[in-house]
Amino acid sequence: MLQLLWIVPALPAAGFVVLLLLNRHLSRRATALIGAGSVGLSAVVAILIAVSFITSPPPGDAYRQVLWTWFDTGGLAPQIAFYLDAMSVVFMVVITFVGFLIHLYSTEFMERDEGFTRFFMYMNLFVASMLVLVLADNLLLLYLGWEGVGMCSYLLIAFWQKDVQNVYCGRKAFIVTRVGDTALIVGLFLLFTQLHTLEIQPLMAGAAKNWAAGSGVAVAAAALLLGGAVGKSAQLPLQTWLPDAMAGPTPVSALIHAATMVTAGVYLIARTNVLFTLAPDVRLAVAIIGTVTLLYACFSALAQHDIKRVLAYSTMSQIGYMFLALGVAGWSAAIFHFMTHAFFKALLFLAAGVVIEALGGEHDIFKMGGLRRKLPTAFWAFIIGAASLSALPLITDGFYSKDLIIETSLGAVDGNAWLWLGALAGSLLTSIYAFRLVFVVFFGEQQTPVTLHPRWRMKLPLVVLSVLSVVGGFVWLPGWMGGFHPFETFLDTALPVTQTVAGSFAYTGVAALLTSLIAVVGVALATVWLVESRAALARFAARPTPHDVQTFWLNGWGFDWLYEHVFVIPVKWFARVARGDLVEPAFSGIAWLNLQAWRALSASQNGQLRVYIGVAGVGLAVIVAFVVLR
Amino acid sequence: MILLWYILIPAVAAPLAWLVSRSRPDLARWVALAGTALPLALVTWQWVSQAGALKAAFVAHGPGAAGLVQGTWLADVHATWIAPLGISFFLAEDGLTLIMLVLTFAMGLLAVLASWRGITARVGFFHFMILWTTAALAGVFLSLDLFLFYFFFEMMLIPMYFVIALWGHERRVYAAIKFFIFTQASGLLMLIAILALYFIHGRATGVYTFDFTQLLGTQMPSGTAFLLMLGFFAAFAVKLPAFPLHTWLPDAHTEAPTAGSVILAGVLIKIGAYGMIRFMVPLFPQAVYDFRTIGMILAVIGIIYGAIMAYAQTDLKRLVAYTSVSHMGFVLLGIFAWNTLALQGVVVQIVCHALSTGALFILVGTLQDRIHTRDMAKMGGLWAVAPRMGGTAMFFALASLGLPGLGNFVAEFLILVGTWQVSRWAAVLGAVGLVVATVYALWMMQRAFQGQETHALRFDDLVPRETAMYAALIAALVVIGFYPQPLIATARQTVTAAQQMTAGSPLSPEAASAAQTMIVDGATADDGQ
Repeated sequence: MLQLLWIVPALPAAGFVVLLLLNRHLSRRATALIGAGSVGLSAVVAILIAVSFITSPPPGDAYRQVLWTWFDTGGLAPQIAFYLDAMSVVFMVVITFVGFLIHLYSTEFMERDEGFTRFFMYMNLFVASMLVLVLADNLLLLYLGWEGVGMCSYLLIAFWQKDVQNVYCGRKAFIVTRVGDTALIVGLFLLFTQLHTLEIQPLMAGAAKNWAAGSGVAVAAAALLLGGAVGKSAQLPLQTWLPDAMAGPTPVSALIHAATMVTAGVYLIARTNVLFTLAPDVRLAVAIIGTVTLLYACFSALAQHDIKRVLAYSTMSQIGYMFLALGVAGWSAAIFHFMTHAFFKALLFLAAGVVIEALGGEHDIFKMGGLRRKLPTAFWAFIIGAASLSALPLITDGFYSKDLIIETSLGAVDGNAWLWLGALAGSLLTSIYAFRLVFVVFFGEQQTPVTLHPRWRMKLPLVVLSVLSVVGGFVWLPGWMGGFHPFETFLDTALPVTQTVAGSFAYTGVAALLTSLIAVVGVALATVWLVESRAALARFAARPTPHDVQTFWLNGWGFDWLYEHVFVIPVKWFARVARGDLVEPAFSGIAWLNLQAWRALSASQNGQLRVYIGVAGVGLAVIVAFVVLR
Repeated sequence: MILLWYILIPAVAAPLAWLVSRSRPDLARWVALAGTALPLALVTWQWVSQAGALKAAFVAHGPGAAGLVQGTWLADVHATWIAPLGISFFLAEDGLTLIMLVLTFAMGLLAVLASWRGITARVGFFHFMILWTTAALAGVFLSLDLFLFYFFFEMMLIPMYFVIALWGHERRVYAAIKFFIFTQASGLLMLIAILALYFIHGRATGVYTFDFTQLLGTQMPSGTAFLLMLGFFAAFAVKLPAFPLHTWLPDAHTEAPTAGSVILAGVLIKIGAYGMIRFMVPLFPQAVYDFRTIGMILAVIGIIYGAIMAYAQTDLKRLVAYTSVSHMGFVLLGIFAWNTLALQGVVVQIVCHALSTGALFILVGTLQDRIHTRDMAKMGGLWAVAPRMGGTAMFFALASLGLPGLGNFVAEFLILVGTWQVSRWAAVLGAVGLVVATVYALWMMQRAFQGQETHALRFDDLVPRETAMYAALIAALVVIGFYPQPLIATARQTVTAAQQMTAGSPLSPEAASAAQTMIVDGATADDGQ
């Protein structure tokens, strides 16, 4: 069964090629069938492989499949090869399965779009690239997938390319992430030069063997990889592209900017955990970046009006949690949160897509309201998603994973109270903004008429993801609930176990109660804030320009302004100044000098015999004088 | 003898195309097609049939520079020409030559195809020029006698001048003269260096010869060597073009007809890279080593400056022209790094840049034929009008920014990882150039193809002839992106031989890796304390 591994990425890739070649000759039905079908089949194969992997694990708990040698020169011989272990199994299954649901949803969501084929082409290529990323056995192939998803992200954000604003957002996403990618590729140069391979497993073994903990080279390597991860996962300071990425069609946001691509950074750090273990300082930086980003994004989310931007900031925030977990060596906890997040965030985006479509493309939450009865499926999906996002205790998958991260941030050997407090504060804010969203959109008075109701291809993914968002967390229960944790056991075959402080407060029932309470309090605050005080809502809605702090949060704390002034404007200025080429004057100067010399000399050719004789005479005199006086 | 055919076929086809055009102008196109397709088929056949020989040569003559120089040619022609002056008709072919020949004829063929509809004036004379250029280019890549090399080097200049000056766009005469003067002046510096080398070698040994293999290792004071090296560098840096000698290129490219741009970008500027690898570095390894820092700085400036300049342009063709300056910066960087990784990267870059930039020039040409402008301010939203053209442009824009999975990425990665082992800062700055490349490539797509179509332009999408051309180029880039090994294997012998010619100098990878190890050991020792 495992030998079929290559088929998992090959199927969506084949879907892309077929759609590309047959483009105009396909009916919409055929396009949908190829586009969604290839990913669906890929999901089936992935699940079969996962079952086979779990029931009869390969030797060493990992399976490697070499297709061919990419190239071989100067000691560098990366292969086109896939590597499957517990972690890549989890990513592979989540990507293909959630990816399939979103493709299915898109067949209805995009059905009237003129770029229907182009859409599925890009989506299939994205899924293929993402699978290459998580299955790659060497960092160069990983980088191929990494850039592939970045490119597809650009193409899909800019999908409605007649509007230049969308294209701008796509370009911004690609360019900002590419800044991070530059750090990553420089990291590859460093790793290859030092350890003479790019194959991940030997590389990690080599690093562990040759590098001392905290050594300069280990810190440099880990920091460079972190640079790449920060860009792709939209963490500070390269987070600015993600809110703008919402310009793409909503299924794109669900698939790329929530469930899969943005977690690539999490995958990369977990995959190269050996390096991060060797560089404790960098790992601390990961934890701090995660905590700061999650708080930053929470505050920003509180101030947004655009339903998708709220969700975008919530994604940034949840990935902040994953980074926090990685930073305190909670590798498995981060992967667990990746999975639950993929379920509930895809659910939230798809439900938001239903709302946006139903209201004829409206994104402003203050023009929504009262949709509870008109769009019951979306409403319930949204409630479940928001509850999961807020980590409401026991009945949501987000609770189990986020609670685990909050526990780990204090209870792990590398954890501390500051990180824990940050995580708790984030939890409170998360439930406030999540339920603010729910109340504003679904309660109150209806502002815009509903013009479109979802059919089964949009509803089914909502139902499936809703179920997963409830039960998805039961695979890893906390200690005080009996300690049923097959997911952890499974991941332990691929990732190091988190070292915890014995008897830490973090793992007690009291701490869990506190965490749960905070989430509930957040919901209550949102209720008090908005539902109980309709007047506040009215005030809020009536004031399109809120006071300064809110504007500051709305605009993502001025990062865009800063980057605009530090990078964009100087480069544009230079480009304007240098447009005619700065070195050109030197050459045209030479040309001008020649021209002047020619003018001066041709002026001497004036046709006057006496001048010629005079000059010749003077010349003769000079020569004679020179010869005689020498 | 096969080598002679590579020069003779296009050289004979050239006057033939002119002659037949007097009665039937369109027949000239077919003659030109045959004149480039035939040697392309021949060289491809040779490549396929010699694949084994390339490998064997590498194994059999692995160590020992002498063996490599003398015994590993796939084919050679050695005839006396002007014996009293030590000038011989010495053609030889190895893996790199093979690649350059494939490129020459493929680009020649593309140039003919791309002009099928666009060129209507003086058809016969035009194809005469294209074929003449092709023949001269083949001669340049085959010559191992420096005099003969210079002969072909000059020979290709003249038809190229006419192609730009007669069939070019608005400022064609200015651009043609600029191109001519830059190339001619720098070429003269190289001629002086060649002659000086000839006399120095002759005085020292009594053997006056222009044979490159004999001139290798000529002893001379390091100051002299440095000056002579600069003579070669001037000629090749102008050709490449390297910053700050690049300003002829945007003008020449922009004003040249599509066929001219394709040949310029695809082959002509590659002479710079080829000449450095083949002649300059092996002849003067120590001088090149002394010059390395400056060379790398120029390369890095070229990468970043070229990319920013591309971003700054409003003329689509000029934008594409400046991307060449940026991409050739990578080539220069790789040459000065001079290790296997970087040099193999340079070879792949030579090929992939020809394919991707050649395609972009053809694309701009087809667009200009349809809408009669290159000004991006007058474009926008063209994807909606011609989706196939838009998708094709997107592909080549992505290739240009170094997307993994396409050949350009393999090239740039190899160059940068090789450079890292010599100079970390140069590698980092080169990698930054990839970000700027993203900026210009996406900006180009937005201005020309995305956004709202506001100028009421209506024109035909790609016709089958064009689609076939692009499909071939796309396929080649994807294949190289995922399996560049045939290219690498073909060039391996040349790369190894060139490195062995410089084995005694500090430029050799052994010396570099020894230095590298010392740095690393020192660093770890410090960390341990």
